[in-house]
Amino acid sequence: MSDSRDGAPEEAVTGDATDEGPTDPAADGGHDPTPSTHTVRLELVDEPGQLLAALQPIANNGGNLLSIYHERGNKTPRGRIPVEVDFEATTERFEGIVEALRAEGITVMQAGTERYAEEITLVLFGHLIDTDLSDTLSRIEASASTSVADVSLAAPQGTEEVSSARLRLEARSGETGEAVAAVREIAEEKDLRVVAPLAGVEP
Amino acid sequence: MRLAVIGAGAVGRSVVKLAGEHGHEVVAVADSSSAVVADGTDGSGGAVGVDADAVVARKAERGIVGDDDPADALTADYDVLVEATPTTLGDAEPGFSHVRTALERDRHVVLANKGPVAERYGDLRALAADSAGDVRFEATVGGAIPAVSTVEDIEPSHVTAVRGVLNGTANFILTRMAAEGLDYDHVLSEAQDLGVAEADPSFDVDGTDAALKCVILANVLSFGAVDDPADAREFSLADASVEGIRDVPGSVLRLAAEDGRTVRLIGEATGETVQVAPRLVPENGTLAVSGTQNIVQLETTHAGRLNISGHGAGGPETASAVLGDVGRLE
Repeated sequence: MSDSRDGAPEEAVTGDATDEGPTDPAADGGHDPTPSTHTVRLELVDEPGQLLAALQPIANNGGNLLSIYHERGNKTPRGRIPVEVDFEATTERFEGIVEALRAEGITVMQAGTERYAEEITLVLFGHLIDTDLSDTLSRIEASASTSVADVSLAAPQGTEEVSSARLRLEARSGETGEAVAAVREIAEEKDLRVVAPLAGVEP
Repeated sequence: MRLAVIGAGAVGRSVVKLAGEHGHEVVAVADSSSAVVADGTDGSGGAVGVDADAVVARKAERGIVGDDDPADALTADYDVLVEATPTTLGDAEPGFSHVRTALERDRHVVLANKGPVAERYGDLRALAADSAGDVRFEATVGGAIPAVSTVEDIEPSHVTAVRGVLNGTANFILTRMAAEGLDYDHVLSEAQDLGVAEADPSFDVDGTDAALKCVILANVLSFGAVDDPADAREFSLADASVEGIRDVPGSVLRLAAEDGRTVRLIGEATGETVQVAPRLVPENGTLAVSGTQNIVQLETTHAGRLNISGHGAGGPETASAVLGDVGRLE
């Protein structure tokens, strides 16, 4: 939940034990003292020590590491390993972190704020293959709020019959509703049906 | 209370049979073509009720409930009219006229028939406002589950949404499809053999039945949250977004299961929207009730989330809800 993410680091940055009042912007010395969640997507050379080398500039520049997704088995065409790192930092520090990463010679493929804060799984069914599944997925990817993290296809009757696909989508914090709406719009156009979870009920 | 029961299907017959246990007396019973009115047929005065066993036996053996005219049941000397004729859409007739007759006579009405409550809620409220009689309809939503009265207890303005599994036939089919890896058509014919699904299952599998229940809940929320009914938004089936389960392939349930989820036909009502659609829910979650079970989940502003599950259909189960309403009118 974005609430807890926004709340916890505030204490980490400004909260010494005696500070009981609300966050004092001056305590952090910056214009924007509230840290937010950032995701950077890096490409690492497949050599020992590379991951550590990539994490150090984040930690050294005031980033609070949240998660590291090391796609060990999934190499890029150039033989590099994609790594996704989530961390919290103020906007000002985030810029410094990206600069520091690049200064270390690390390839930063993507750097954004709260890129993948929430996940949502849904199932599409209909004539998925006939309606060009890869086009469907690209268009979902192209919508502003969503990234397709994982796809599982089931076409037990063959590719010309009705098939189903389970999609794991990543969305920015608070934007899962938009993500589902984007999928529904594309699905409707292609006469596909969407089985989505209930918003705000259970994951 | 003296009851006139209109409609002699599973629910109507169960009301006739169980009324005595609840301390009530059935003074008239009618189906579409026949009736029995205590005063006329028994020759023993209006205070004596009809013989419940005889009514049920006549219906089973001869297809009639008695030798009187159905119109006589509507004008009999009752306190509460129990409207248990089959649900009809649009003008909700003849159920709506039965309700009108009773209210214009200043008698109470308890409905098991969803039509008038889902399709003509505003008209129903207007008739009730001009009558000394009241209208209740717990049995129209979730059978034995006390959905409407729970919303009333919490107060509609403190209930932000009501959702749940409100059709046992669709839930049975989805449950079997997931458990056995079978396709829709196979499970449907199995359900028909078991009497869980009707020969024409459209009303259940296309989501219409669940949608009517959600429309009723939306009306309860909407009208219950305002002081003046003129300010309330009225819902009917046409306002609901409805998707059924007829086309859901088995592969959807398999993909869901691989991810610890399953699919349920979930209806959701707020004071603003009504939606029914197959939804992904956690496989072992609260909403994933099995077989013909139903569940109603309430989101409230102060009381948190409430879940009530149970039998959403069946003669005695639904009759319990009807008789519960009769009790509230005393």
